[in-house]
Amino acid sequence: MSNGVRRGLPLEGVRKFGVTGIFLARLLLACGRALARPRLVIAQIYNAGARSLIIIMLSGLFTGMVLGLLGQDVLQRFGAETALGQMAALALLKELGPVLTALLFAGRAGTALTSEIGLMKATDQLTAMEVMAVDPMSYVAAPRFLGGLIAMPLLVAIFDVIGLLGAHLIGVGLLGVDRGTFWSQMQSAVGMRDVTEGIVKSVVFGAVASLIAVNEGYQCEPTAEGVGLATTRTVVAASVLTLLFDYVLTAVFL
Amino acid sequence: MLQDAPSASADDADAVVEVRDAHYGIDGREIFSGLNIRVRRGLITAVMGPSGTGKTTLLRLITGQLFASSGQVLVFGRDIASLSGSEIYAARKRMGMLFQNGALLTDIDVFDNVAFPVREHTDLPESVIRKLVLTKLEAVGLRGAAGLMPAELSGGMARRVALARAIVMDPEVLLYDEPFVGLDPISLGMILRLIKHMNQALGITSIVVSHDVQELATIADQSYLLSGGTVVASGTPQELARSDSETVHQFMTGSAEGPVKFHYPAPDYAGQLLGADEG
Repeated sequence: MSNGVRRGLPLEGVRKFGVTGIFLARLLLACGRALARPRLVIAQIYNAGARSLIIIMLSGLFTGMVLGLLGQDVLQRFGAETALGQMAALALLKELGPVLTALLFAGRAGTALTSEIGLMKATDQLTAMEVMAVDPMSYVAAPRFLGGLIAMPLLVAIFDVIGLLGAHLIGVGLLGVDRGTFWSQMQSAVGMRDVTEGIVKSVVFGAVASLIAVNEGYQCEPTAEGVGLATTRTVVAASVLTLLFDYVLTAVFL
Repeated sequence: MLQDAPSASADDADAVVEVRDAHYGIDGREIFSGLNIRVRRGLITAVMGPSGTGKTTLLRLITGQLFASSGQVLVFGRDIASLSGSEIYAARKRMGMLFQNGALLTDIDVFDNVAFPVREHTDLPESVIRKLVLTKLEAVGLRGAAGLMPAELSGGMARRVALARAIVMDPEVLLYDEPFVGLDPISLGMILRLIKHMNQALGITSIVVSHDVQELATIADQSYLLSGGTVVASGTPQELARSDSETVHQFMTGSAEGPVKFHYPAPDYAGQLLGADEG
């Protein structure tokens, strides 16, 4: 690697940070205009949310089943198997639900957003809108960002519910934990603060993943290779930032 | 008479688009170095030149997607670089542009593509929009394709739909980016007739960027030949055809030999071949 390239990397990082910041400001301005046309936003909630339902529900079910299986095994070592319901609920609401949904969201909806916008750019569709005096930020980027932002908490809620059913299925149905104890322990141990933590995380993760996906699509090189690279960057950046923000938010809510 | 630059005596008020001594470069490469072009109202102006001379870049300067580093690009009498974002959008509403690849929105069908600018910029009832769109689609011979998705269209059909979209708002100026590339003879003839018809019947000023000399010669009122970042010749197509200029002659006859190099700069051919053997 040449010295020139080494010197260029930090500058390139600063430049990308600046470009993303400006993009975010423009995006937030455009969100107001996009909200005035709810039809576009609803279509994107369907694209990002409804089309991710199967993968989210399946993942939630299996995650809950693992929690039931593993939780029962670990808790019974301490004679605390009655706490399975509360353990599963806290784990899903506070951590696993938001984080796993965000990672799946980045892989499913995030990549779809990036590649769709990237291809629109590569085929001059965004330029055509500009020339037709239609702002692509308001028509393309903002509705997709809002769609992801709104869909994410809904997907997390569904993941949590299906996960709890999975834990119940294994813990109560297979391993013989008392059904009443499972639900009553959960009810007494889980507070509004835990639910709030999950909701805040889901909104933040949704905003981060959607922003990255839309920004990468918008800024990508308008070539087949450029769109492919941008799609990869979406998954990597959204996943890493999800885990980073997870740590920060967990620390805030402690 | 063949000119090296637009006539200084031409009436300024008659110019819908005027490029004055424009310079533009990208990544250290100069695209335009003192470009002068005047597009007069109600005429068909052809901008010709070899590939890579910045013909599409010129259209991007006119539509305010790019700005000249120096010089002026006047659109409807105002320097596009001095306009605010909303003023540029207002100017664009008076223009239509046909993209080389059509640039149709791929997630909506042909009808909705043509209706797109109308729905975005007017409050017309859907029944009126329907009549308007069908009229424009009929004009390009694709009324029957209204329900098709862009992925189901051939390249020529996509271009014709894009043309219907470009004219649906009845623009004052139409910009065509390589409108004849890849068209079959029937579509090509139809596009030529449409450009001429819209110019004559509706008075639309047209700027056609292309390197299809023969086709342009049949419709253009005024032609500019770009090379090396500037206008090397201008006049009617007939005047360009009679030109003594080597550059003009090479371009009009399609010769590989002349001032415009066909080969990209490279080391000596024989030396490179022999060097490969030795290596």
